[in-house]
Amino acid sequence: METTEYILKVKDIHKSYGNVEVLKGVSFNVKKGETKCFIGPSGTGKSTLLRCINQLTVPDQGQIWLHDEEVTHAGPRINYFRQRIGMVFQNFYLFDHLTAVRNVEIALIKVLRMNPKEAREKAMYELNQVGMADWADHYPAELSGGQAQRVSIARALAMDPDVILFDEPTSALDPELTREVIEVMRNLASLGMTMLVVTHEMGFACSAANEILFMENGRVIEQGSPSDLLNNPQFERCKAFIGQYHGFHE
Amino acid sequence: MDQIVFLTEILFPALIGGTVITLELIAVTAPIGLLLGIAIAVGRTYGSWTIVEICKGYVIFFKGCPLLLLLFILYFGFPTIGITFTAFTAAVIGFICCNSAYNSEYIRGAMLSVQQGQLIAAKALGMTKRQAIINIVLPQALRRAIPGISNEFIYLIKYSSLAYVITVIELTGSAKQVATKYFMYTETFIIVALFYLAIVTVATIGINAIEKRVAIPGFVQK
Repeated sequence: METTEYILKVKDIHKSYGNVEVLKGVSFNVKKGETKCFIGPSGTGKSTLLRCINQLTVPDQGQIWLHDEEVTHAGPRINYFRQRIGMVFQNFYLFDHLTAVRNVEIALIKVLRMNPKEAREKAMYELNQVGMADWADHYPAELSGGQAQRVSIARALAMDPDVILFDEPTSALDPELTREVIEVMRNLASLGMTMLVVTHEMGFACSAANEILFMENGRVIEQGSPSDLLNNPQFERCKAFIGQYHGFHE
Repeated sequence: MDQIVFLTEILFPALIGGTVITLELIAVTAPIGLLLGIAIAVGRTYGSWTIVEICKGYVIFFKGCPLLLLLFILYFGFPTIGITFTAFTAAVIGFICCNSAYNSEYIRGAMLSVQQGQLIAAKALGMTKRQAIINIVLPQALRRAIPGISNEFIYLIKYSSLAYVITVIELTGSAKQVATKYFMYTETFIIVALFYLAIVTVATIGINAIEKRVAIPGFVQK
């Protein structure tokens, strides 16, 4: 069995909240450098799926492997896996009491035990990557949503993760701010960062994703390359969902 | 007797001595009361079931027990079971129990107001719960708790006068001695009130300066 090819494997993930089964068995594999986009109507478990991957939400059933090491049931070692799996949130969740550069370097210092000088250099490098170096000494409350999201991407990048999870990174932003964040993400994808993106940005999904997974009711019901899925969706629901976007962009 | 002579020769020297004791009571109580308050608040918010229940019990007991009664128990009651404190120590222990119970409630409220997502983001970066509490939650919560802690600190300055009832000759106690001896109640107690007012004013100015200094830029609208 070929196992080394994939850096992340997700197998048969189930999750229920009370009587509501949010995820009903989701499986997929991710190769290094791949960008996968998860699309679908709201409330179909896309965000829950991402949170299951780094165990912020513990799945009821199923396994996740990162480089052939099991992430599920890792016990205290979960903190190691979380260092290797970056995450970017819809509402940024920057640390309000720290400047942009402190936000990026704090985990380097506290978690990776990097010395402060090295951590500062690394943090400035990552801020520069997302075009936020000039804002290093500003506090989150002084940043626009787009800027805050770019800082939070830099914070995830600084850990040199194997994969970054993006949980609707632009859903809290207006179209103009969305564009600047999408630009950063597109750049990351082209630089070979492995990314799993839950998004409603069909433009990004179509142009940057290697694969699009359409989810509904806790299942991946269709998956394929952007051109396959957009031009020739097999399922009616997927067709209707994507059709809305076609109509929207005309 | 000449009023001026009474003030300068008798009352002020006595009150200065009393003020020193009052400041000592506050200086020992406030830092320990704050640290203990933080510990209780953290325990009650993030601890295991047992720790949560212990912290809850502590807060309920010391919020519910009148401070004066607590001082009586410590100073007059404990010797009967073989534990003897000096009056000063008994007063400080009582004040710390009361101060920390109230502080913990202000701090707990402030911790709950810190955006939950930031704790999640800290976890997602691989921080342990302990690292996230120390580096992310507490720095923000303590800032937000300053108005409450400041209130409690000012109460402390004033309820430190209860120590007089268990024979600590602090500011109120020294005033009472002078007033009784020279039969100058009105003058003495008005001047003592001004002493407390001065201490409270200095404390308020100091706390405001701290609050301003640690304020997060852009976070609080002017």
